[in-house]
Amino acid sequence: MKKKTLSVIGKALPKVDAMAKCAGETVYADDLNLPRMIYAKLLRSPHPHARVLGINTARALQLEGVFAVITGADLPEKFGIMPSTQDEETLAIDKVRYVGDPVAAVAAVSEMLAEKALGYIDVEYEVLKPILSIEDALASNEESERIHTWNRHANIQKAVSLEFGDIEGGFARSDHIFEGTFFYQGNTHLPMEQYSAVAFYGPDDKLTLWSSTQTPHYVHRALAKVLGLTASRIRVIATPVGGGFGGKSDPFSHEIAVAKLSLITRRPVKITLTREESFYVHRGRHPVKMWAKTGVKNDGTIQAMQYKTFLDGGGYSSYGLATVYYTGALQTVTYNVPAYKFEGVRVFTNKPACGPKRGHGTPQPRFAMEIQLDEIAEKLGIDPIELRLKQLVPPNTVTVNGLRVSTTGLRECIEKVAERADWRKKFRKLPFGHGVGFAASSYISGAGLPIYWNDMPHSGVQIKLDRSGGVAVFCGSIDIGQGSDSILAYAVAEEFGIDPADIRIVTADTDLTPVDLGSYSSRVTVMTGNAAIQACGKLKPLLLEVASEALEIPGDDLEFADGQVRSVSLPQRGIVFAECVRKAEGKFGTLGATGSYWPPKNPRDFKGSGVGPTPAYSYSTSIVELHCDAETGDIKIDKVWIAHDCGRAFNPLLVQGQTEGSVYMALGEALMEEQIFRKNGLHKIPSILEYKSPTTLETPEIETILVETDDPEGPYGAKEAGQGPLLPVVPAVANAVYDAIGVRIHEIPISPDKILRALEGRLKPVSVPEFQFPAPLKWQPGEGVQVTQKS
Amino acid sequence: MRQTKKSEDKTKLSKTLLRLRVNGETKEVATEISKTLLEVLREDLGLIGTKHGCELGECGTCAVLVDGEPVLSCLMLGIEAENAEIATVEGMMQNGQPHPLQQSFAALGAAQCGYCIPGILLTAKALLDKNPHPSRQEIREALSGNLCRCTGYTKIIEAVELAAAGR
Repeated sequence: MKKKTLSVIGKALPKVDAMAKCAGETVYADDLNLPRMIYAKLLRSPHPHARVLGINTARALQLEGVFAVITGADLPEKFGIMPSTQDEETLAIDKVRYVGDPVAAVAAVSEMLAEKALGYIDVEYEVLKPILSIEDALASNEESERIHTWNRHANIQKAVSLEFGDIEGGFARSDHIFEGTFFYQGNTHLPMEQYSAVAFYGPDDKLTLWSSTQTPHYVHRALAKVLGLTASRIRVIATPVGGGFGGKSDPFSHEIAVAKLSLITRRPVKITLTREESFYVHRGRHPVKMWAKTGVKNDGTIQAMQYKTFLDGGGYSSYGLATVYYTGALQTVTYNVPAYKFEGVRVFTNKPACGPKRGHGTPQPRFAMEIQLDEIAEKLGIDPIELRLKQLVPPNTVTVNGLRVSTTGLRECIEKVAERADWRKKFRKLPFGHGVGFAASSYISGAGLPIYWNDMPHSGVQIKLDRSGGVAVFCGSIDIGQGSDSILAYAVAEEFGIDPADIRIVTADTDLTPVDLGSYSSRVTVMTGNAAIQACGKLKPLLLEVASEALEIPGDDLEFADGQVRSVSLPQRGIVFAECVRKAEGKFGTLGATGSYWPPKNPRDFKGSGVGPTPAYSYSTSIVELHCDAETGDIKIDKVWIAHDCGRAFNPLLVQGQTEGSVYMALGEALMEEQIFRKNGLHKIPSILEYKSPTTLETPEIETILVETDDPEGPYGAKEAGQGPLLPVVPAVANAVYDAIGVRIHEIPISPDKILRALEGRLKPVSVPEFQFPAPLKWQPGEGVQVTQKS
Repeated sequence: MRQTKKSEDKTKLSKTLLRLRVNGETKEVATEISKTLLEVLREDLGLIGTKHGCELGECGTCAVLVDGEPVLSCLMLGIEAENAEIATVEGMMQNGQPHPLQQSFAALGAAQCGYCIPGILLTAKALLDKNPHPSRQEIREALSGNLCRCTGYTKIIEAVELAAAGR
């Protein structure tokens, strides 16, 4: 068969679910309404840190219409997304660890009654001293100050130290050494859809959970573990997610609690969290304090780089083990870094647990790195863009920390964004108060390793063809708005030469669909796309064989195009796709095939090496133009240019949409969004009114430039687009503020008060705690062995 | 266990009969008078196209049209909407044909997760009904009370412009 030009991939098609969403017909979790359904609410802790001495549910159970009340004692098994740090309880057993930690759950005939019943549950607490800062967490020694007991050192969840290349020699060779401290404030996802789930334990002794989740497979595993049910009797259906951004990637207490309540009541049980509760569930961006040191030659080339990161993790581990490594993983994949050292620590504090938010642990160090490079360029008198262009990581490189870079469009991204924004005419040339800033970044197209160790595929796709000509595609992936259902349709339509609108997509149902690990780590397009192409590849020879017989044309002169299998040399000779399927079903029997995707083997082999590798790195650059009022400190973003190397745009509309959304979210983080707490551990602003996020009025014009590099590992060359474009925008804002008013601000959000303090010389440098990191694990790429053991 | 519970006073019914005009249809519904229009629409009338984002009037997700004006249905009681013409997203499609805004939003990828879209479509419809050819700034101002976390608003604004251009 001849290779044909692409007919679906690269086209600006509407998403397969676009009209359902615009018609209001898409059914989200809270829209489900099952016969005999009852409602659940969670009782949450009013204390940030307390022992639970006793819970009395008797008065609540006496209320007419209350069907069940459960507490931690009913669900003693712990859970958590990372297998080695499972420290979460569905409902607190001995201790509460943040204001909002669930302690009991009620199922009642109405939501209002369930809410009322919470007031009839008596909980006796012994209040403990709360730990609310990174510094206090590192300094805490008393047993009563310990938030967890499973971890080795007081409130340290994880401390890591990695060293790559000749770090001392690198700094020794440097003509200049730059050091700086930075703080990236925490913020939350704020999806417009609150968390919601419905569970039904049916008369067939099978449990179904519908939930707004990005990771139905991991929820499935957690339910089996905590409820003690056979996994094969549990079905998890991820409903269309009304915004995720990483916030719906953990298994959650409310999901397990409704499942248990349904098990007890044998009725469907729904729970929908309030907006305030959604701030407590959180799992958002970690607040991170950072110390960064870079040694450069007089020409600006980097000789060595060293980072220390301090992550405020909140009350539970969540993805934190991965997050701490991510704050050190990707500094090496944009510019040549011949020697690199990274030390990171994640601490427990009595606040809602942090987790993965768009960019997962990488926006924070990228913020520090791109500001520091701007400072280096300034000091050396080199244009910051020129400084970067002279030391880009070339394609087909293994970085000093062992990461394999396949394709990179970073140079093109830099050149294009600079040209479109007219950088050379603006940088350091605009009047006071007006400025431009540049930054670049890179992100993974899917984590190279699964969350739990196993040798099975990361993504599976099953395709069914039937005599109607119908094509059904089954995959565990979940559409969170990024368009993953459409991606499957585009890939299969491309392979079979048919219209994507004719394909039935069945996704995110653990009973019906093969496992896909979930919508996280920007993995879905690369992994499900490849699995879908592989499945099609198993069916195409069967179709070609019958078409070849019917048309009396050799198979190598046939192609799938325009709804037919037809001759390449004589395109008027063809057979309609549906007819071809009928003939194939007659000859071979029922038609179906599966495809699987495993990422390439991890090129590294040390402890912690699972974080960083990916099938392909995406690259992004951004220029932000803004003006800043030196009287009020107000910043107005005039325009953002963003260039993104997406490998190949499956659908440019979708890639632009991901890019624009990333820019918007980055501006929120850079300028206003913060998840902050009072001294008594209460969330300061758990409402949309007070948690400021950009509206249409604050969001500027965004000009998106897509760069295509055709990555060999990506389906049709595609890489990720959903997270990477957030990364350069935040430091580009900080660099633009410096260009505008001449002050360096090393922390976000860059709010008016910080601008004014900086202009008055009163903005203190970010303080970084003293901490003795463990002795570094030293690793040399290519050697395949650890040089020293961690002490 | 149930027998031991104190049964509630059944002499007074908790629901009131409301007559509402929704999407051109007259609906009679028995509901608690304390319920918001949002709750009446979603829970009593099954019109789940109207979504909720905060139930405090802060996000614009639950916007519907009441006599042609965008109203946050979480801040209005159902009983207050009697005698008014209520329009929800389900009423935007006419004779099986999508509204031009629905077409342009679908065509440009303006709906990502789609959760805020019903409220945005109705707010945009109210704008275009009054001002068929709004400037970009007028669109921004009209939609400034509707939060969207996915799109960066870019494609939403372009879709409103596209629908307006087709008029």
